[in-house]
Amino acid sequence: MGVLELAKGMGVTLGKMFTKPVTVSYPEQRASVKPRFRGRHILTRHPGTGLEKCIGCSLCAAACPAYAIYVEAAENDPAHPTSPGERYASVYEINMLRCIFCGMCEEACPTGAVVMGNEFEMADYRYRDFVYAKEDMLVGVSGSIPQRREAAQKGKPVRTGFTVPGGVRPELEGVKYE
Amino acid sequence: MKGILTPWVIDFLWTVLKGVLVALALLTTFAYMTLVERRLLARMQIRLGPNRVGPMGLLQPLADAVKSIFKEDLRITMADQLVYTLAPLIAITAALSAFGGIPAGPAGSFFGLDPWVYNLDVGVIGLLALTSMGVYGIFLGGWASGSKYPLLGGLRSSAQLISYELGMGLSILGLLMLVGSASFQDIVGFQASSGWMILFQSLAFVTFLISSFAETNRTPFDLPEAEQELVAGYLTEYSAIKWALFQMAEYVNMITASALMSTLFFGGYKGPVFLDGLIPGISNWPFIWLILKIAVFLFVFIWVRATLPRLRYDQLMRFGWKLLFPIALFNTLFTGFYLAYLRGLGLWPLGVFSLLCVLLLFVMSDRVRSLWNTPTHRPDAGPTRAAPRSLGGD
Repeated sequence: MGVLELAKGMGVTLGKMFTKPVTVSYPEQRASVKPRFRGRHILTRHPGTGLEKCIGCSLCAAACPAYAIYVEAAENDPAHPTSPGERYASVYEINMLRCIFCGMCEEACPTGAVVMGNEFEMADYRYRDFVYAKEDMLVGVSGSIPQRREAAQKGKPVRTGFTVPGGVRPELEGVKYE
Repeated sequence: MKGILTPWVIDFLWTVLKGVLVALALLTTFAYMTLVERRLLARMQIRLGPNRVGPMGLLQPLADAVKSIFKEDLRITMADQLVYTLAPLIAITAALSAFGGIPAGPAGSFFGLDPWVYNLDVGVIGLLALTSMGVYGIFLGGWASGSKYPLLGGLRSSAQLISYELGMGLSILGLLMLVGSASFQDIVGFQASSGWMILFQSLAFVTFLISSFAETNRTPFDLPEAEQELVAGYLTEYSAIKWALFQMAEYVNMITASALMSTLFFGGYKGPVFLDGLIPGISNWPFIWLILKIAVFLFVFIWVRATLPRLRYDQLMRFGWKLLFPIALFNTLFTGFYLAYLRGLGLWPLGVFSLLCVLLLFVMSDRVRSLWNTPTHRPDAGPTRAAPRSLGGD
């Protein structure tokens, strides 16, 4: 009977009214992100020696479809090497406004130096603040440029607005999220 | 000074004051109704709804009001400026003035005043007439916008309102015959002495409920503003406070329809008598019962909006003319017949018969669907062959 179908539908909506909403009140509550979510890049280091994995080969820049990466390489000082190879990246910049977070750089990297992390809260006011340099992306730096700026102003630790249930994936060695 | 304040003038001033109070109450209800509706719709869709402005989002209506007042009031080049400005005013005036006739309590219960703004002997009829004036606002607004979609929306709206006005008016005729008067006081009094009208006129209530959904342009009958087909119908070219006035009119009409349904079928401002056993005199408290019943009906309006999809336009017209109108007519006829020849049996057989009709309608609800689903007249449905289609490619 048609009316019964209507009644059934009305029952469904009424029943749903008393279920818990699925909304995540994002800035207050943390969003949950999958471990393989591709967020802001992270430049990893070798676990034992602490040397940077990046050898400044620019393959990531070549692979980048959005031309977002700029790399300048320099010779390592044999006494105090920055990376285990002959050369290291003296300048490593990613323009986060150009980046499309496709992960091609990660795939192209021969040493597994550049890895896509899980951070995504990078909204900011000026163009130049979107160009992330090496010191913004090296392992151990938590939060984006605006997040770290705000944390410094308030004198509080950086609060990332997401959690990664199950923890970060193995490639992101040494990365910890709050 | 003493000379001017004749009883007539004092009466007039009190009436004006009551009218202003009713208008303010209606507009406040409208403002919070929008919030409640959005919250309830959200909860029915497992969302949270607006909760940012103020505690629990309670200041959202204020923010909306500020926004719509200070938004740019667009001038439409092709619009007929006078009518374009007048249309929302007509809509809101008709909607606000209609509500004043509904009594919220017995005479003299509002601090010694009568809790209504005006009391006509033709109460119900007058109210229906006033609410139908609102269609001028919608239609003129659609026409004066000087644009295609508003015109279509306005035309649809006037066609729809006129069609469903018939079903609406006919479905209360049986009730009026039972009471023998069209005054709200008499209708409420009748229900207080012999039981709520829904018991005797359930079939009429069904048709009245459906036609009030259509009259207030609510889903599933909100064809005049069908987004998918008409952008926003008659509202397309309106913005800022004029748009808000149209919305106001729609919601005030909804409140009026709810008040009308509670007054006509659910005992009006009188509460259920059996509660007097718990708290003596509770069924006679003014305002509370009417507000409570209005709130229930408003919830039904929101609930239906969350659930039912919109009808197609031809289905809407056929549904009104082929199902609703005949049923209302049938209800009027059999109520009249019963009152003329079988009055001696009391009112209960009438109620039972009405309920049986409702049940029959429910059982038959799949059969009658063909009434509005299949078009009866297709001028070009001859034995023509479909145009040959080539295989592959364009």
